[in-house]
Amino acid sequence: MSCCAADAAAAARPVNAAVSREELLLASRDLGDGVRQVDLAVPEMHCADCIRKIERGLAAVPGVTYARVNLSTRRASVKWSGEAPPLIETLEGLGYAAHLFDMGAEEGDPQLAFLLRALAVAGFSSMNIMLLSVSVWSGADPGTRQAFHWISALLALPALVYSGQVFFRSAWSALRHGRSNMDVPISIGVLLAFGISVYDTYQNGPHAYFDAATSLLFFLLIGRVLDHMMREKARKAVSGLVRLAPRGATVLREDGSRDYLPVGEIEPGMALMVAAGDRVPVDGTVASGASELDCSVVTGESMPQPVGAGSELKAGMLNLTGGLTMVATARSENSFLAEMVRLMEVAEGGKARYRQLADRAAQLYSPVIHATALLTFIGWLAMTGDWHRSIGIAIAVLIITCPCALGLAVPIVQVVAARRLFENGIMVKDGSAMERMAEIDTVAFDKTGTLTLGRLRLEAGGAIDPAAAAIAASLAATSNHPVSRAIAARYGAGAAGLHFTRLAEIPGQGIEAEADGAVYRLGRADWALGAAGRPGEGTVLSRDGQALAAFAFRDDLRPEAREAVADLRQQGIATLILSGDQPPAVAAVARDLGIGDYAASVLPAEKLARVTALAAAGHKTLMVGDGLNDAPVLAAAHVSMAPATAADIGRNAADFVFLRAGLGAVPLALAVSREAGRLIQQNFGLAILYNLIALPIAIAGFVTPLIASLAMSLSSIVVVANALRLKAGREDRRKASRSPALPAAQADTRAIPAGSR
Amino acid sequence: MDSLVFLIPLALVFGVVALGIFFWSLRSDQYEDLDGAAERILLDDEDDA
Repeated sequence: MSCCAADAAAAARPVNAAVSREELLLASRDLGDGVRQVDLAVPEMHCADCIRKIERGLAAVPGVTYARVNLSTRRASVKWSGEAPPLIETLEGLGYAAHLFDMGAEEGDPQLAFLLRALAVAGFSSMNIMLLSVSVWSGADPGTRQAFHWISALLALPALVYSGQVFFRSAWSALRHGRSNMDVPISIGVLLAFGISVYDTYQNGPHAYFDAATSLLFFLLIGRVLDHMMREKARKAVSGLVRLAPRGATVLREDGSRDYLPVGEIEPGMALMVAAGDRVPVDGTVASGASELDCSVVTGESMPQPVGAGSELKAGMLNLTGGLTMVATARSENSFLAEMVRLMEVAEGGKARYRQLADRAAQLYSPVIHATALLTFIGWLAMTGDWHRSIGIAIAVLIITCPCALGLAVPIVQVVAARRLFENGIMVKDGSAMERMAEIDTVAFDKTGTLTLGRLRLEAGGAIDPAAAAIAASLAATSNHPVSRAIAARYGAGAAGLHFTRLAEIPGQGIEAEADGAVYRLGRADWALGAAGRPGEGTVLSRDGQALAAFAFRDDLRPEAREAVADLRQQGIATLILSGDQPPAVAAVARDLGIGDYAASVLPAEKLARVTALAAAGHKTLMVGDGLNDAPVLAAAHVSMAPATAADIGRNAADFVFLRAGLGAVPLALAVSREAGRLIQQNFGLAILYNLIALPIAIAGFVTPLIASLAMSLSSIVVVANALRLKAGREDRRKASRSPALPAAQADTRAIPAGSR
Repeated sequence: MDSLVFLIPLALVFGVVALGIFFWSLRSDQYEDLDGAAERILLDDEDDA
């Protein structure tokens, strides 16, 4: 099918060479009898043809006994016996990038299953009760009426006991902590309605509210289930992305044997092998070997850093060119990564203190409602002296005002908004994230990997002689180094007309080759030019030590970066850059984007301090970042956003994750959040309006179960219809937007972490 | 009036059966992959390969 062709082409390059058989084995789970199972994330599948290709392709691998695709979660579940089969290689051969993720955290979703069951029970009860109620409303004789009410009570009981739990538990835990939330008035209303209805049935009274109580539960549970499914979908989509932290490492024993150990079992002092293309598993120092490291995820530096014996390594850095032997200096839980996690935990307070709008509304709403009901009761009692009638009317007040519409007012808008963001490639963790997003007045960006793509590109090279460029390109085509890739990408594979012999890549230095008796070198200046070159002069092509051409590189801006920043500024939002990279690189990007406020060479703790200071000054900051060094700030900021290419812990700390390459996701998320905020306010307005009309009728004692049911359903429908008006980020708008994200561009960004950074 | 004595319980039994079928479908993972189920109808039977 046509939809797969583009992806297949984009994904054909080696994306995940780093996943070894050992890692596959480590990620799999033992099913007994030598059968093992592993789940693979295959983000690029999207049609029936993909399902068939993947299932057949995997089933054809020797040893595989079962292969089944789940298209909703973009996963393939594979069982095999015997040796670990080459699953990821097979999928790559089929044109799909695939990767592993943790098994343990992904064992189904018991919460969703419970909510669905609760919804089913409430639906069953309310619908059957409604059938009986219709005949009661149309005037059944007292004997039948009482029988029907008893059956209704029987039907309502499971809904109350089973489905009601969802609300009772949450209400109870809120009350126990001396707070109130939306579930408190819901629980009180439902329980009281049930109680008085049982009493009335016993007395053979004309009215029972079993239908109102159960359909209230049913409507509210619909909202809960939708809300949960949306969040779950976002969570799964995020956890399906590439893991940047290695799962294990090859340990060199003193007797020369090699073991593949999980990261958690590596002790300080162990000697570890880090092959080219692997990430450093724990903090340590280089024992032998020379290479270059991509530190962009760890420090934010966009240029590869050369290392040799004695250099310090931090967990998460990517080894680019040569194999290294390192000595671990810290356990995994004391490594750089863990340090970031600790900083994050300290930082998280700000978000925990934020209280959701619905809860704040409930705090105002429930005392008012409860007081009104109480006053109604006292008033009626004083006037009529009829206890039973007074209680009945007070409960009618509770039910008619009961926050059916209010309970839906917030979640339904958030579900619609989250769905809209999802269509635009943005995942949102929960509803409160959108509320917080709508409040921001400052945006802090990380540079490498956030404002930029974290991918080197050759700077405009008008001065470079075409012949030299062709030589450089044909040398570069043999290497996987980011610099070589950038040269090859600019000048193509090159046809220099030279026949190279003895071509070799020297780790940490560059590429050397002989042709027609001359030695060509492409690499670091101090190596290519010998004594004449100074370090730090960039990449040079030389012939016998004479410079032929010098190349300068830059990290490309993300698509839509300029528009996004301009858009934010137009809305009066302050923008700033917090980067761990060198000052000149940061200044260049800041100038390019017109951001005046920037800080370079910032340590993670300093980033944190900066954002905390902004918060102390009363600013609400959105942090957009991707690196390990951004994770603490992502956790500390009022609200945070990360690209899908971000480091795992950063992605988990962020409230929003955007999957497309374009930075337009930032203003879009802001626009959707703001509009959702407006719709929520409108919904509150509608709910209050409804109460203003319904309340006097209830207080006057005119509310029958029929009126209560009608009013509740009507107000719910109005609120849901209003939520569906959300316009920002609609499909038709997106098509007309500045630069639509192509599937190929998506595949491209995913390929960055393991492949080209 | 007599008809109600068995019609109402009958209606309830149907309701309970429907609820039971829903629980069964939930337990047998039929809601695990809604998108996939929609696409799979386009596939031919497996044995034609």
